Amino acid sequence: MVAVSSLIGTIKDIFIKRESSNRIDKSFTNPISIRKNEEDIKIEVKDLSFYYGKFRALKNINVKIPAKKITALIGPSGCGKTTLLRCFNRMHDLYPGFKYEGAIILYPDGINIVDMKVDLLDLRRKIGMVFQKPNPFPKSVYENVAYGLRVNGVKNKKIIQEKVEWALRSAGLWEEVKDRLNTNAYNLSGGQQQRLCIARAIAIEPEILLFDEPTSALDPISTGKIEELIIELKEKLTIIIVTHNLQQAARVSDYTGFMYLGELVEFNRTDKIFTNPQNKLTEDYVTGRFG
Amino acid sequence: MLAVFFTAGFITIFITVGIVYVLLSDAFKFFQVVSLKEFLTQKEWTPVFATKKFGIWPLVAGTFLIAAIAMVVSIPLGLLIAIYLSEYASVRVKEIAKPIIEFLEAVPTVVYGYFTLLFVTPILQKIIPNLEAFNSLAPGIVLGFMILPYTASMAEDAMKGVPQRIREASYALGATKLRTATHIILPAAVSGVVAGFILGASRAIGETMVVAIAAGMYPNLTLDPREPIQTMTGYIVQVALGDLPYGSIEYLSIFAVGLALFIIAFVFNSIALWLRSRIREIY
Repeated sequence: MVAVSSLIGTIKDIFIKRESSNRIDKSFTNPISIRKNEEDIKIEVKDLSFYYGKFRALKNINVKIPAKKITALIGPSGCGKTTLLRCFNRMHDLYPGFKYEGAIILYPDGINIVDMKVDLLDLRRKIGMVFQKPNPFPKSVYENVAYGLRVNGVKNKKIIQEKVEWALRSAGLWEEVKDRLNTNAYNLSGGQQQRLCIARAIAIEPEILLFDEPTSALDPISTGKIEELIIELKEKLTIIIVTHNLQQAARVSDYTGFMYLGELVEFNRTDKIFTNPQNKLTEDYVTGRFG
Repeated sequence: MLAVFFTAGFITIFITVGIVYVLLSDAFKFFQVVSLKEFLTQKEWTPVFATKKFGIWPLVAGTFLIAAIAMVVSIPLGLLIAIYLSEYASVRVKEIAKPIIEFLEAVPTVVYGYFTLLFVTPILQKIIPNLEAFNSLAPGIVLGFMILPYTASMAEDAMKGVPQRIREASYALGATKLRTATHIILPAAVSGVVAGFILGASRAIGETMVVAIAAGMYPNLTLDPREPIQTMTGYIVQVALGDLPYGSIEYLSIFAVGLALFIIAFVFNSIALWLRSRIREIY
Protein backbone atom coordinates (compact mmCIF):
# COMPACT_ATOMS: atom_id res chain seq x y z
CA MET A 1 0.00 0.00 0.00
CA VAL A 2 2.92 2.29 0.68
CA ALA A 3 4.11 1.69 -2.85
CA VAL A 4 0.67 2.46 -4.28
CA SER A 5 0.15 5.65 -2.33
CA SER A 6 3.56 7.03 -3.20
CA LEU A 7 2.91 6.07 -6.80
CA ILE A 8 -0.27 8.14 -6.69
CA GLY A 9 1.78 10.93 -5.17
CA THR A 10 4.27 10.76 -8.00
CA ILE A 11 1.52 10.82 -10.60
CA LYS A 12 0.03 13.88 -8.93
CA ASP A 13 3.43 15.56 -8.97
CA ILE A 14 3.69 15.00 -12.68
CA PHE A 15 0.35 16.58 -13.41
CA ILE A 16 0.92 19.50 -11.12
CA LYS A 17 4.31 20.10 -12.68
CA ARG A 18 2.81 20.04 -16.17
CA GLU A 19 0.16 22.54 -15.27
CA SER A 20 2.52 24.97 -13.67
CA SER A 21 5.22 24.63 -16.28
CA ASN A 22 4.09 27.68 -18.23
CA ARG A 23 4.27 29.87 -15.17
CA ILE A 24 7.77 28.67 -14.33
CA ASP A 25 8.78 29.31 -17.89
CA LYS A 26 7.79 32.96 -17.78
CA SER A 27 9.59 33.66 -14.56
CA PHE A 28 12.63 32.33 -16.31
CA THR A 29 12.56 34.55 -19.31
CA ASN A 30 14.83 36.51 -17.11
CA PRO A 31 16.00 39.92 -18.07
CA ILE A 32 19.60 39.23 -19.00
CA SER A 33 20.07 41.88 -21.64
CA ILE A 34 20.92 40.48 -25.02
CA ARG A 35 23.41 42.71 -26.73
CA LYS A 36 23.15 43.13 -30.48
CA ASN A 37 26.50 41.56 -31.25
CA GLU A 38 25.50 38.43 -29.36
CA GLU A 39 22.53 37.69 -31.56
CA ASP A 40 24.47 34.98 -33.30
CA ILE A 41 25.44 33.31 -30.02
CA LYS A 42 23.11 30.39 -29.22
CA ILE A 43 24.59 29.14 -25.97
CA GLU A 44 26.90 30.87 -23.56
CA VAL A 45 28.60 28.71 -20.95
CA LYS A 46 29.76 30.73 -17.95
CA ASP A 47 32.12 29.28 -15.34
CA LEU A 48 30.45 25.91 -15.58
CA SER A 49 31.61 23.16 -13.26
CA PHE A 50 29.93 19.79 -13.05
CA TYR A 51 30.24 17.14 -10.36
CA TYR A 52 29.47 13.43 -10.34
CA GLY A 53 29.15 13.07 -6.57
CA LYS A 54 32.41 14.56 -5.36
CA PHE A 55 34.28 14.15 -8.62
CA ARG A 56 34.60 17.42 -10.49
CA ALA A 57 34.22 16.32 -14.09
CA LEU A 58 34.06 19.82 -15.64
CA LYS A 59 36.15 22.72 -14.40
CA ASN A 60 35.17 26.32 -15.05
CA ILE A 61 34.15 25.95 -18.65
CA ASN A 62 33.61 29.22 -20.54
CA VAL A 63 32.51 29.16 -24.14
CA LYS A 64 30.15 30.83 -26.59
CA ILE A 65 28.52 28.45 -29.04
CA PRO A 66 27.53 30.24 -32.26
CA ALA A 67 24.03 29.84 -33.67
CA LYS A 68 23.38 27.79 -36.84
CA LYS A 69 26.94 26.57 -36.95
CA ILE A 70 28.45 23.20 -36.18
CA THR A 71 30.60 23.12 -33.09
CA ALA A 72 32.73 20.04 -32.45
CA LEU A 73 34.02 18.99 -29.05
CA ILE A 74 37.15 16.89 -29.24
CA GLY A 75 39.58 15.45 -26.73
CA PRO A 76 40.84 12.15 -25.35
CA SER A 77 38.55 9.68 -23.54
CA GLY A 78 37.46 10.93 -20.15
CA CYS A 79 38.17 14.58 -20.96
CA GLY A 80 34.57 15.59 -20.22
CA LYS A 81 33.32 16.33 -23.72
CA THR A 82 30.30 14.04 -23.42
CA THR A 83 29.71 15.29 -19.87
CA LEU A 84 29.59 18.86 -21.20
CA LEU A 85 27.26 17.85 -24.03
CA ARG A 86 24.87 16.18 -21.58
CA CYS A 87 24.75 19.39 -19.50
CA PHE A 88 23.06 21.20 -22.39
CA ASN A 89 19.90 19.05 -22.21
CA ARG A 90 20.37 18.19 -18.53
CA MET A 91 20.58 14.43 -19.17
CA HIS A 92 22.64 14.16 -15.99
CA ASP A 93 19.48 14.84 -14.02
CA LEU A 94 18.25 11.32 -14.76
CA TYR A 95 20.82 9.92 -12.35
CA PRO A 96 21.43 10.74 -8.70
CA GLY A 97 24.50 12.58 -7.47
CA PHE A 98 24.90 15.37 -10.01
CA LYS A 99 25.67 19.02 -9.33
CA TYR A 100 26.04 22.00 -11.64
CA GLU A 101 27.82 25.24 -10.80
CA GLY A 102 27.90 28.32 -12.98
CA ALA A 103 25.50 29.00 -15.81
CA ILE A 104 24.59 27.99 -19.33
CA ILE A 105 22.56 30.75 -20.96
CA LEU A 106 20.33 29.76 -23.85
CA TYR A 107 19.63 32.58 -26.31
CA PRO A 108 17.48 34.28 -27.39
CA ASP A 109 15.31 33.42 -24.36
CA GLY A 110 18.04 34.13 -21.81
CA ILE A 111 17.15 31.00 -19.82
CA ASN A 112 19.81 29.55 -17.56
CA ILE A 113 19.76 25.88 -18.57
CA VAL A 114 21.34 24.60 -15.36
CA ASP A 115 18.95 26.47 -13.08
CA MET A 116 17.10 23.85 -11.02
CA LYS A 117 13.79 25.61 -11.65
CA VAL A 118 13.98 25.26 -15.42
CA ASP A 119 11.22 23.13 -16.96
CA LEU A 120 13.26 20.16 -18.19
CA LEU A 121 10.55 18.83 -20.49
CA ASP A 122 10.39 22.17 -22.28
CA LEU A 123 14.18 22.45 -22.38
CA ARG A 124 14.61 19.01 -23.91
CA ARG A 125 12.08 19.82 -26.58
CA LYS A 126 14.20 22.79 -27.60
CA ILE A 127 17.47 20.89 -27.39
CA GLY A 128 17.36 17.50 -29.06
CA MET A 129 19.92 14.73 -28.83
CA VAL A 130 21.30 11.94 -30.99
CA PHE A 131 23.17 9.24 -29.11
CA GLN A 132 26.32 7.23 -29.60
CA LYS A 133 24.60 3.96 -30.42
CA PRO A 134 21.45 4.12 -32.51
CA ASN A 135 18.62 3.82 -30.00
CA PRO A 136 15.30 3.66 -31.83
CA PHE A 137 12.30 2.61 -29.82
CA PRO A 138 11.17 -0.98 -30.39
CA LYS A 139 8.27 0.36 -32.43
CA SER A 140 7.56 0.91 -36.11
CA VAL A 141 9.61 3.37 -38.14
CA TYR A 142 6.59 5.66 -38.31
CA GLU A 143 5.87 5.52 -34.57
CA ASN A 144 9.50 6.28 -33.75
CA VAL A 145 9.21 9.66 -35.43
CA ALA A 146 5.60 10.29 -34.42
CA TYR A 147 6.38 9.70 -30.73
CA GLY A 148 8.11 13.04 -30.22
CA LEU A 149 5.22 14.84 -31.89
CA ARG A 150 2.69 13.08 -29.68
CA VAL A 151 4.81 13.93 -26.63
CA ASN A 152 4.48 17.54 -27.72
CA GLY A 153 0.73 17.27 -27.78
CA VAL A 154 0.20 17.00 -31.54
CA LYS A 155 -2.96 14.93 -31.95
CA ASN A 156 -4.06 15.69 -35.50
CA LYS A 157 -3.28 12.59 -37.57
CA LYS A 158 -2.71 14.50 -40.78
CA ILE A 159 -0.24 16.89 -39.18
CA ILE A 160 1.64 13.98 -37.63
CA GLN A 161 1.75 12.24 -41.00
CA GLU A 162 3.10 15.33 -42.74
CA LYS A 163 5.70 15.98 -40.08
CA VAL A 164 6.86 12.37 -40.05
CA GLU A 165 7.36 12.49 -43.80
CA TRP A 166 9.11 15.85 -43.57
CA ALA A 167 11.45 14.64 -40.83
CA LEU A 168 12.27 11.42 -42.67
CA ARG A 169 12.95 13.38 -45.86
CA SER A 170 15.15 15.83 -43.95
CA ALA A 171 17.08 12.88 -42.55
CA GLY A 172 17.52 11.47 -46.06
CA LEU A 173 15.67 8.32 -45.09
CA TRP A 174 12.29 8.74 -46.75
CA GLU A 175 13.09 7.01 -50.04
CA GLU A 176 14.50 4.00 -48.17
CA VAL A 177 11.66 3.51 -45.72
CA LYS A 178 8.53 4.97 -47.33
CA ASP A 179 7.28 1.48 -48.27
CA ARG A 180 7.92 -0.01 -44.86
CA LEU A 181 6.91 2.64 -42.38
CA ASN A 182 5.18 -0.02 -40.33
CA THR A 183 8.10 -2.41 -39.93
CA ASN A 184 9.94 -2.47 -36.64
CA ALA A 185 12.78 0.05 -36.54
CA TYR A 186 15.17 -2.72 -35.52
CA ASN A 187 14.85 -4.23 -38.99
CA LEU A 188 16.73 -1.24 -40.42
CA SER A 189 20.52 -1.23 -40.79
CA GLY A 190 22.64 0.53 -38.17
CA GLY A 191 23.15 3.59 -40.36
CA GLN A 192 19.43 3.76 -41.18
CA GLN A 193 18.61 3.42 -37.49
CA GLN A 194 20.86 6.35 -36.68
CA ARG A 195 19.26 8.48 -39.41
CA LEU A 196 15.90 7.46 -37.99
CA CYS A 197 17.05 8.74 -34.61
CA ILE A 198 18.02 12.02 -36.27
CA ALA A 199 14.60 12.19 -37.96
CA ARG A 200 13.00 11.52 -34.59
CA ALA A 201 14.97 14.37 -33.04
CA ILE A 202 14.31 16.93 -35.78
CA ALA A 203 10.61 16.10 -36.11
CA ILE A 204 9.86 18.31 -33.12
CA GLU A 205 11.95 21.12 -34.64
CA PRO A 206 14.45 21.74 -31.86
CA GLU A 207 16.61 24.86 -31.82
CA ILE A 208 19.73 22.89 -31.03
CA LEU A 209 20.74 19.31 -31.82
CA LEU A 210 23.37 17.55 -29.74
CA PHE A 211 25.29 14.66 -31.30
CA ASP A 212 27.19 12.33 -29.00
CA GLU A 213 29.69 10.47 -31.22
CA PRO A 214 26.87 9.68 -33.64
CA THR A 215 28.94 7.60 -36.05
CA SER A 216 31.18 5.64 -33.71
CA ALA A 217 29.09 2.49 -34.19
CA LEU A 218 28.73 2.87 -37.96
CA ASP A 219 30.58 1.82 -41.12
CA PRO A 220 32.34 4.46 -43.30
CA ILE A 221 29.52 4.74 -45.86
CA SER A 222 26.85 5.27 -43.21
CA THR A 223 29.21 7.69 -41.47
CA GLY A 224 29.53 9.72 -44.68
CA LYS A 225 25.76 9.94 -45.03
CA ILE A 226 25.35 11.08 -41.42
CA GLU A 227 28.07 13.72 -41.85
CA GLU A 228 26.40 15.10 -45.00
CA LEU A 229 23.15 15.20 -43.12
CA ILE A 230 24.68 17.08 -40.19
CA ILE A 231 26.10 19.71 -42.56
CA GLU A 232 22.69 20.09 -44.24
CA LEU A 233 20.97 20.49 -40.89
CA LYS A 234 22.97 23.53 -39.81
CA GLU A 235 20.82 25.71 -42.05
CA LYS A 236 17.97 25.04 -39.68
CA LEU A 237 19.55 24.63 -36.27
CA THR A 238 22.59 24.90 -34.07
CA ILE A 239 24.62 21.73 -33.83
CA ILE A 240 27.07 20.56 -31.20
CA ILE A 241 28.87 17.31 -31.92
CA VAL A 242 31.13 15.29 -29.68
CA THR A 243 33.50 13.17 -31.67
CA HIS A 244 36.50 10.93 -31.21
CA ASN A 245 37.30 11.19 -34.85
CA LEU A 246 39.50 14.21 -35.60
CA GLN A 247 38.96 13.98 -39.35
CA GLN A 248 35.25 14.10 -38.71
CA ALA A 249 35.60 17.25 -36.62
CA ALA A 250 37.73 18.80 -39.37
CA ARG A 251 35.27 17.76 -42.09
CA VAL A 252 32.00 18.89 -40.59
CA SER A 253 32.55 21.55 -37.96
CA ASP A 254 32.88 25.33 -38.13
CA TYR A 255 34.17 25.68 -34.58
CA THR A 256 36.08 23.23 -32.45
CA GLY A 257 36.68 23.02 -28.74
CA PHE A 258 39.53 20.90 -27.42
CA MET A 259 38.97 19.51 -23.94
CA TYR A 260 41.41 17.86 -21.61
CA LEU A 261 40.92 16.62 -18.03
CA GLY A 262 37.63 18.47 -17.58
CA GLU A 263 38.85 21.79 -18.95
CA LEU A 264 38.21 23.50 -22.23
CA VAL A 265 41.80 24.04 -23.34
CA GLU A 266 41.13 25.86 -26.57
CA PHE A 267 38.14 26.99 -28.57
CA ASN A 268 38.38 28.48 -32.01
CA ARG A 269 37.42 28.21 -35.64
CA THR A 270 38.04 24.66 -36.77
CA ASP A 271 40.65 25.59 -39.36
CA LYS A 272 42.63 27.49 -36.72
CA ILE A 273 42.48 24.59 -34.25
CA PHE A 274 43.79 22.17 -36.84
CA THR A 275 46.33 24.38 -38.63
CA ASN A 276 47.43 26.88 -36.06
CA PRO A 277 46.58 25.81 -32.52
CA GLN A 278 47.59 28.27 -29.81
CA ASN A 279 48.05 25.72 -27.07
CA LYS A 280 50.77 23.08 -26.96
CA LEU A 281 48.31 20.42 -25.69
CA THR A 282 45.93 21.12 -28.56
CA GLU A 283 48.75 20.87 -31.04
CA ASP A 284 49.93 17.57 -29.58
CA TYR A 285 46.40 16.17 -29.72
CA VAL A 286 45.44 17.25 -33.23
CA THR A 287 48.79 16.10 -34.62
CA GLY A 288 48.21 12.72 -33.03
CA ARG A 289 50.99 12.79 -30.45
CA PHE A 290 48.54 11.55 -27.79
CA GLY A 291 44.92 10.65 -27.60
CA MET B 1 33.15 -35.42 -10.16
CA LEU B 2 31.51 -35.54 -13.55
CA ALA B 3 29.49 -38.54 -12.37
CA VAL B 4 28.08 -36.49 -9.48
CA PHE B 5 26.88 -33.74 -11.78
CA PHE B 6 25.52 -36.27 -14.22
CA THR B 7 23.63 -38.10 -11.48
CA ALA B 8 22.21 -34.86 -10.14
CA GLY B 9 20.99 -33.88 -13.59
CA PHE B 10 19.74 -37.37 -14.30
CA ILE B 11 17.73 -37.58 -11.06
CA THR B 12 15.80 -34.43 -12.02
CA ILE B 13 14.90 -35.88 -15.38
CA PHE B 14 14.11 -39.26 -13.83
CA ILE B 15 11.71 -37.72 -11.34
CA THR B 16 9.93 -35.71 -14.01
CA VAL B 17 9.57 -38.77 -16.20
CA GLY B 18 8.45 -40.77 -13.17
CA ILE B 19 5.72 -38.27 -12.35
CA VAL B 20 4.46 -38.31 -15.90
CA TYR B 21 4.57 -42.13 -15.93
CA VAL B 22 2.55 -42.49 -12.71
CA LEU B 23 0.03 -39.90 -13.87
CA LEU B 24 -0.34 -41.54 -17.27
CA SER B 25 -0.57 -45.15 -16.08
CA ASP B 26 -3.14 -44.54 -13.35
CA ALA B 27 -5.05 -42.10 -15.54
CA PHE B 28 -5.07 -44.81 -18.22
CA LYS B 29 -6.66 -47.25 -15.76
CA PHE B 30 -9.26 -44.61 -14.93
CA PHE B 31 -10.14 -44.07 -18.57
CA GLN B 32 -10.69 -47.80 -19.01
CA VAL B 33 -13.65 -47.50 -16.61
CA VAL B 34 -14.84 -43.98 -17.42
CA SER B 35 -14.72 -42.98 -21.05
CA LEU B 36 -12.78 -39.90 -22.08
CA LYS B 37 -15.99 -38.70 -23.67
CA GLU B 38 -17.85 -38.81 -20.36
CA PHE B 39 -14.91 -37.12 -18.63
CA LEU B 40 -15.00 -34.21 -21.07
CA THR B 41 -18.74 -33.85 -21.75
CA GLN B 42 -20.53 -34.76 -18.50
CA LYS B 43 -21.45 -31.65 -16.49
CA GLU B 44 -21.45 -33.16 -13.01
CA TRP B 45 -18.64 -34.41 -10.79
CA THR B 46 -19.96 -36.74 -8.10
CA PRO B 47 -17.41 -39.51 -7.53
CA VAL B 48 -18.27 -40.00 -3.87
CA PHE B 49 -22.04 -40.24 -4.39
CA ALA B 50 -23.93 -43.46 -4.99
CA THR B 51 -24.47 -42.48 -8.62
CA LYS B 52 -20.99 -41.57 -9.65
CA LYS B 53 -20.57 -38.99 -12.39
CA PHE B 54 -17.19 -37.99 -13.75
CA GLY B 55 -17.50 -34.76 -15.70
CA ILE B 56 -14.39 -32.64 -15.17
CA TRP B 57 -16.01 -29.30 -16.06
CA PRO B 58 -17.18 -28.26 -12.58
CA LEU B 59 -13.62 -28.64 -11.33
CA VAL B 60 -12.13 -26.87 -14.36
CA ALA B 61 -14.66 -24.05 -13.99
CA GLY B 62 -13.83 -23.67 -10.29
CA THR B 63 -10.11 -23.67 -11.02
CA PHE B 64 -10.32 -21.08 -13.77
CA LEU B 65 -12.82 -18.93 -11.86
CA ILE B 66 -10.39 -18.59 -8.97
CA ALA B 67 -7.44 -18.05 -11.30
CA ALA B 68 -9.40 -15.38 -13.18
CA ILE B 69 -10.27 -13.52 -9.96
CA ALA B 70 -6.62 -13.75 -8.93
CA MET B 71 -5.53 -12.26 -12.26
CA VAL B 72 -8.11 -9.46 -12.09
CA VAL B 73 -6.51 -8.49 -8.78
CA SER B 74 -2.92 -9.22 -9.66
CA ILE B 75 -2.51 -7.74 -13.15
CA PRO B 76 -3.42 -4.10 -12.41
CA LEU B 77 -1.76 -4.17 -9.01
CA GLY B 78 1.32 -5.91 -10.40
CA LEU B 79 1.59 -3.44 -13.28
CA LEU B 80 1.36 -0.42 -10.98
CA ILE B 81 3.98 -1.87 -8.64
CA ALA B 82 6.26 -2.80 -11.52
CA ILE B 83 6.06 0.65 -13.12
CA TYR B 84 6.64 2.31 -9.78
CA LEU B 85 9.60 0.14 -8.82
CA SER B 86 11.22 0.14 -12.24
CA GLU B 87 10.80 3.81 -13.18
CA TYR B 88 10.14 5.87 -10.06
CA ALA B 89 11.40 4.24 -6.89
CA SER B 90 14.77 5.20 -5.48
CA VAL B 91 17.37 2.49 -5.03
CA ARG B 92 16.62 2.38 -1.30
CA VAL B 93 12.87 1.92 -1.75
CA LYS B 94 13.56 -0.82 -4.28
CA GLU B 95 15.96 -2.59 -1.94
CA ILE B 96 13.26 -2.75 0.70
CA ALA B 97 10.19 -3.31 -1.46
CA LYS B 98 11.41 -6.07 -3.76
CA PRO B 99 12.33 -8.59 -1.04
CA ILE B 100 9.00 -7.86 0.65
CA ILE B 101 7.10 -8.66 -2.53
CA GLU B 102 9.15 -11.76 -3.12
CA PHE B 103 8.57 -12.80 0.49
CA LEU B 104 4.88 -13.27 -0.40
CA GLU B 105 6.00 -16.42 -2.19
CA ALA B 106 7.76 -17.73 0.91
CA VAL B 107 4.73 -17.64 3.22
CA PRO B 108 3.37 -21.20 3.68
CA THR B 109 0.19 -21.48 1.66
CA VAL B 110 -1.68 -23.02 4.59
CA VAL B 111 -1.23 -19.67 6.32
CA TYR B 112 -2.85 -17.95 3.35
CA GLY B 113 -5.64 -20.52 3.51
CA TYR B 114 -6.64 -19.81 7.08
CA PHE B 115 -5.99 -16.08 6.61
CA THR B 116 -8.54 -16.20 3.79
CA LEU B 117 -11.12 -18.26 5.65
CA LEU B 118 -10.89 -16.51 9.02
CA PHE B 119 -10.02 -12.95 8.06
CA VAL B 120 -10.69 -12.05 4.42
CA THR B 121 -14.01 -13.86 3.97
CA PRO B 122 -15.62 -12.34 7.13
CA ILE B 123 -14.59 -8.85 5.97
CA LEU B 124 -15.98 -9.45 2.50
CA GLN B 125 -19.20 -10.81 4.00
CA LYS B 126 -19.80 -7.43 5.59
CA ILE B 127 -19.62 -5.80 2.16
CA ILE B 128 -21.33 -8.55 0.16
CA PRO B 129 -24.20 -9.87 2.31
CA ASN B 130 -24.95 -13.15 0.53
CA LEU B 131 -21.33 -14.26 0.29
CA GLU B 132 -21.09 -17.80 1.58
CA ALA B 133 -18.48 -18.88 4.13
CA PHE B 134 -16.81 -20.92 1.40
CA ASN B 135 -16.59 -19.01 -1.86
CA SER B 136 -14.22 -18.35 -4.75
CA LEU B 137 -14.01 -14.59 -4.33
CA ALA B 138 -11.91 -14.44 -1.16
CA PRO B 139 -9.35 -17.10 -2.12
CA GLY B 140 -9.17 -15.54 -5.58
CA ILE B 141 -8.29 -12.14 -4.12
CA VAL B 142 -5.72 -13.62 -1.73
CA LEU B 143 -4.18 -15.64 -4.55
CA GLY B 144 -3.94 -12.40 -6.54
CA PHE B 145 -1.63 -11.04 -3.86
CA MET B 146 0.17 -14.33 -3.45
CA ILE B 147 1.25 -14.39 -7.10
CA LEU B 148 2.59 -10.81 -7.05
CA PRO B 149 6.13 -12.21 -7.06
CA TYR B 150 5.32 -13.37 -10.58
CA THR B 151 3.14 -10.57 -11.88
CA ALA B 152 4.86 -7.58 -10.24
CA SER B 153 8.36 -8.83 -9.77
CA MET B 154 8.79 -10.41 -13.18
CA ALA B 155 7.20 -7.42 -14.87
CA GLU B 156 9.62 -5.20 -13.02
CA ASP B 157 12.55 -7.36 -14.09
CA ALA B 158 11.42 -7.17 -17.69
CA MET B 159 11.00 -3.38 -17.55
CA LYS B 160 14.33 -2.92 -15.83
CA GLY B 161 15.86 -4.99 -18.62
CA VAL B 162 14.92 -2.41 -21.26
CA PRO B 163 18.22 -0.73 -22.17
CA GLN B 164 18.83 2.63 -20.54
CA ARG B 165 19.58 4.25 -23.91
CA ILE B 166 15.96 3.69 -24.95
CA ARG B 167 14.77 5.46 -21.81
CA GLU B 168 17.21 8.32 -22.49
CA ALA B 169 15.91 8.63 -26.04
CA SER B 170 12.42 9.22 -24.70
CA TYR B 171 13.51 11.71 -22.04
CA ALA B 172 15.64 13.55 -24.59
CA LEU B 173 12.45 14.23 -26.58
CA GLY B 174 10.92 15.95 -23.57
CA ALA B 175 8.73 13.04 -22.48
CA THR B 176 7.60 12.72 -18.86
CA LYS B 177 8.46 9.72 -16.71
CA LEU B 178 4.87 8.52 -16.87
CA ARG B 179 4.73 8.66 -20.65
CA THR B 180 8.13 7.01 -20.98
CA ALA B 181 7.03 4.22 -18.65
CA THR B 182 3.65 3.59 -20.27
CA HIS B 183 4.40 4.31 -23.94
CA ILE B 184 8.00 3.14 -24.32
CA ILE B 185 9.19 0.91 -21.49
CA LEU B 186 6.06 -1.16 -20.91
CA PRO B 187 5.50 -1.94 -24.62
CA ALA B 188 9.19 -2.77 -25.01
CA ALA B 189 9.01 -5.17 -22.07
CA VAL B 190 5.63 -6.62 -22.98
CA SER B 191 6.75 -10.20 -23.61
CA GLY B 192 8.43 -10.41 -20.21
CA VAL B 193 5.50 -8.76 -18.51
CA VAL B 194 2.99 -11.12 -20.10
CA ALA B 195 5.24 -14.10 -19.34
CA GLY B 196 5.06 -13.10 -15.68
CA PHE B 197 1.28 -12.90 -15.88
CA ILE B 198 1.03 -16.36 -17.40
CA LEU B 199 3.38 -17.91 -14.85
CA GLY B 200 1.31 -16.20 -12.15
CA ALA B 201 -1.88 -17.63 -13.65
CA SER B 202 -0.26 -21.04 -13.82
CA ARG B 203 0.70 -20.74 -10.17
CA ALA B 204 -2.87 -19.74 -9.28
CA ILE B 205 -4.27 -22.71 -11.18
CA GLY B 206 -1.95 -25.12 -9.41
CA GLU B 207 -2.41 -23.62 -5.94
CA THR B 208 -3.89 -26.15 -3.50
CA MET B 209 -4.01 -25.25 0.17
CA VAL B 210 -5.71 -21.86 -0.08
CA VAL B 211 -8.54 -23.18 -2.22
CA ALA B 212 -8.89 -26.43 -0.29
CA ILE B 213 -9.35 -24.47 2.94
CA ALA B 214 -11.32 -21.44 1.81
CA ALA B 215 -13.18 -22.23 -1.42
CA GLY B 216 -15.29 -25.16 -0.26
CA MET B 217 -15.51 -28.75 -1.46
CA TYR B 218 -18.51 -28.53 -3.67
CA PRO B 219 -17.98 -29.25 -7.37
CA ASN B 220 -20.22 -26.58 -8.74
CA LEU B 221 -20.48 -25.55 -12.37
CA THR B 222 -20.90 -21.85 -11.73
CA LEU B 223 -19.32 -18.50 -12.46
CA ASP B 224 -20.79 -16.90 -9.34
CA PRO B 225 -17.85 -15.97 -7.10
CA ARG B 226 -20.08 -15.96 -4.00
CA GLU B 227 -20.83 -19.68 -4.10
CA PRO B 228 -18.70 -22.51 -2.77
CA ILE B 229 -16.83 -24.41 -5.48
CA GLN B 230 -14.14 -26.99 -5.81
CA THR B 231 -10.98 -26.75 -7.85
CA MET B 232 -9.03 -29.57 -9.46
CA THR B 233 -6.33 -29.39 -6.81
CA GLY B 234 -8.97 -29.09 -4.08
CA TYR B 235 -10.56 -32.34 -5.24
CA ILE B 236 -7.24 -34.18 -5.28
CA VAL B 237 -6.56 -33.10 -1.70
CA GLN B 238 -10.04 -34.04 -0.54
CA VAL B 239 -9.83 -37.53 -1.97
CA ALA B 240 -6.26 -38.03 -0.85
CA LEU B 241 -7.31 -37.18 2.72
CA GLY B 242 -10.01 -39.86 2.83
CA ASP B 243 -9.38 -43.58 3.23
CA LEU B 244 -9.74 -44.81 -0.28
CA PRO B 245 -8.99 -48.36 -1.28
CA TYR B 246 -6.03 -48.51 -3.62
CA GLY B 247 -7.18 -49.00 -7.18
CA SER B 248 -10.79 -47.90 -6.58
CA ILE B 249 -12.32 -45.62 -9.17
CA GLU B 250 -12.29 -42.63 -6.79
CA TYR B 251 -8.62 -43.25 -6.17
CA LEU B 252 -7.88 -43.45 -9.88
CA SER B 253 -9.91 -40.33 -10.60
CA ILE B 254 -7.38 -38.10 -8.88
CA PHE B 255 -4.78 -39.16 -11.42
CA ALA B 256 -7.07 -38.26 -14.27
CA VAL B 257 -7.68 -34.85 -12.70
CA GLY B 258 -3.96 -34.54 -11.99
CA LEU B 259 -3.14 -35.31 -15.60
CA ALA B 260 -5.56 -32.65 -16.81
CA LEU B 261 -3.98 -30.18 -14.41
CA PHE B 262 -0.52 -31.15 -15.56
CA ILE B 263 -1.42 -30.54 -19.19
CA ILE B 264 -2.91 -27.12 -18.39
CA ALA B 265 0.11 -26.08 -16.34
CA PHE B 266 2.48 -27.39 -19.01
CA VAL B 267 0.77 -25.36 -21.73
CA PHE B 268 0.83 -22.19 -19.60
CA ASN B 269 4.47 -22.57 -18.66
CA SER B 270 5.48 -23.30 -22.25
CA ILE B 271 3.79 -20.11 -23.43
CA ALA B 272 5.50 -18.13 -20.67
CA LEU B 273 8.92 -19.57 -21.48
CA TRP B 274 8.45 -18.89 -25.16
CA LEU B 275 7.48 -15.28 -24.41
CA ARG B 276 10.47 -14.82 -22.12
CA SER B 277 12.85 -16.10 -24.75
CA ARG B 278 11.49 -13.45 -27.09
CA ILE B 279 12.53 -10.58 -24.80
CA ARG B 280 16.14 -10.72 -25.82
CA GLU B 281 15.43 -10.97 -29.51
CA ILE B 282 14.41 -7.35 -29.85
CA TYR B 283 17.45 -5.33 -28.95
